[in-house]
Amino acid sequence: MFSGFDFDVIARSAPYLFKEGMTFTLTLTAMAMTGGIFFGTLLAMMRLSSFKWLNVPAAAYVNLMRSVPLVLVIFWFYFLVPYIGAWIIGAKEPVRVGAFMSSVITFMMFEAAYYAEIMRAGIQSVPRGQVWAGYALGLNYWQTMAQIVLPQAFRNMLPVLLTQTIILFQDTSLVYVLSITDFLGAAAKIAQRDGRLIEMYLFVAVVYFIISFSLSYGVKHLQQRIAIIR
Amino acid sequence: MPMIEFKNVSKWYANFQVLTNCTTRVEKGEVIVVCGPSGSGKSTLIKCVNGLEPFQQGEIFVNSQSVGAKETDLNRLRSMIGMVFQSFELFPHMKVADNVNLGQVKVLGRSVEEAMAKSMSLLKRVGLEAHAHKFPGQLSGGQQQRVAIARALAMDPIAMLFDEPTSALDPEMINEVLDVMVELAHEGMTMMVVTHEMGFARKVANRVIFMDRGEIVEDAKKEDFFGKPRSERAVQFLSKILHH
Repeated sequence: MFSGFDFDVIARSAPYLFKEGMTFTLTLTAMAMTGGIFFGTLLAMMRLSSFKWLNVPAAAYVNLMRSVPLVLVIFWFYFLVPYIGAWIIGAKEPVRVGAFMSSVITFMMFEAAYYAEIMRAGIQSVPRGQVWAGYALGLNYWQTMAQIVLPQAFRNMLPVLLTQTIILFQDTSLVYVLSITDFLGAAAKIAQRDGRLIEMYLFVAVVYFIISFSLSYGVKHLQQRIAIIR
Repeated sequence: MPMIEFKNVSKWYANFQVLTNCTTRVEKGEVIVVCGPSGSGKSTLIKCVNGLEPFQQGEIFVNSQSVGAKETDLNRLRSMIGMVFQSFELFPHMKVADNVNLGQVKVLGRSVEEAMAKSMSLLKRVGLEAHAHKFPGQLSGGQQQRVAIARALAMDPIAMLFDEPTSALDPEMINEVLDVMVELAHEGMTMMVVTHEMGFARKVANRVIFMDRGEIVEDAKKEDFFGKPRSERAVQFLSKILHH
């Protein structure tokens, strides 16, 4: 059945695929995860705030991001970020951002909405008495959050946070719409050049599957370990 | 000058009134036991003392500082009042010693070495120095509550609040916690204790406050409270918890 296939194209292009493509994909995933969890945690804290001027905008932002297709957001940010950047620093010309920075910012801000919902559940999973105990010692809001609530929230939510990161890892392939050479983009270029679409797309699928599946397996393992500690 | 003074404190949850015109005082070195049926507002009353629960009317003074006043530095005030909770509320992700260190380092600005020395001497005092490097989840309830007391004492508080400190404990562990509290009382610590342990009240309380439906119904010397309670509700309550 595979007689007409040329699997050699994979071996030939592998160094390029991994060195150029996969490096980009992993860097983008790591940066978007870090930034996404950071801003997501801030958004979650805002949403849980009793101040309307904090929780209403946070809720609006999270709901907006979660209701719009990611591809659209990628486009928007790509075209809008240069203008927003110019507006922030007061420049007349749109700021040159570059496809990489643009996609990092996009994924950070988009994933922040999803991480925010996870962290909100995590923060709410910490009993109220823990917060009281922190305040009773004289800790202020930020100290209580940093020392008591967030460490427990992260621990409780770690499996879900990692699962979301696996989804993020797959979603980064959507940057192909900006003609960026991520792992999928690199494979697509080779596929077009050599006319080996099926081989390349099969290979890409297998690689994504192996990475995502083994990460999921790791998360499951971790979940069991956490369950024993608690 | 009283250490803690309540002046006509009232509190509502939406339209439901949980505290009604509560007025009382705790002098320096006094031990006050607060009792009453569940839902009578006793836990709420002592949580008002360090501002964990806000109240809408009246005033509470701690060391002549008004708890509800805007200009009061509530975090600083709280750091001077120790509090022990019904469900211990140790921080489960920190070792026992770090639980006791946390406030000393983050709030009082002590060095880690200084805090550790203080923590170890307090843990020794409650008989738990051997458990300093364990996590709270590895200790029994009674041990956890003793750590919680050490954690509160580490801040060198001017008064201690206890919110049903033995209610979540198995019967055989109640005494190890009460013993620590009795010792504290004998040392002259100002204490406000919500509890149903009438033996503790008989032993160390100066006064007993009886609450029902958000009101302070009785506020009497312990001899008077146990000897001749004036209100019908207190008589009923006492008969329920003393004879079974």
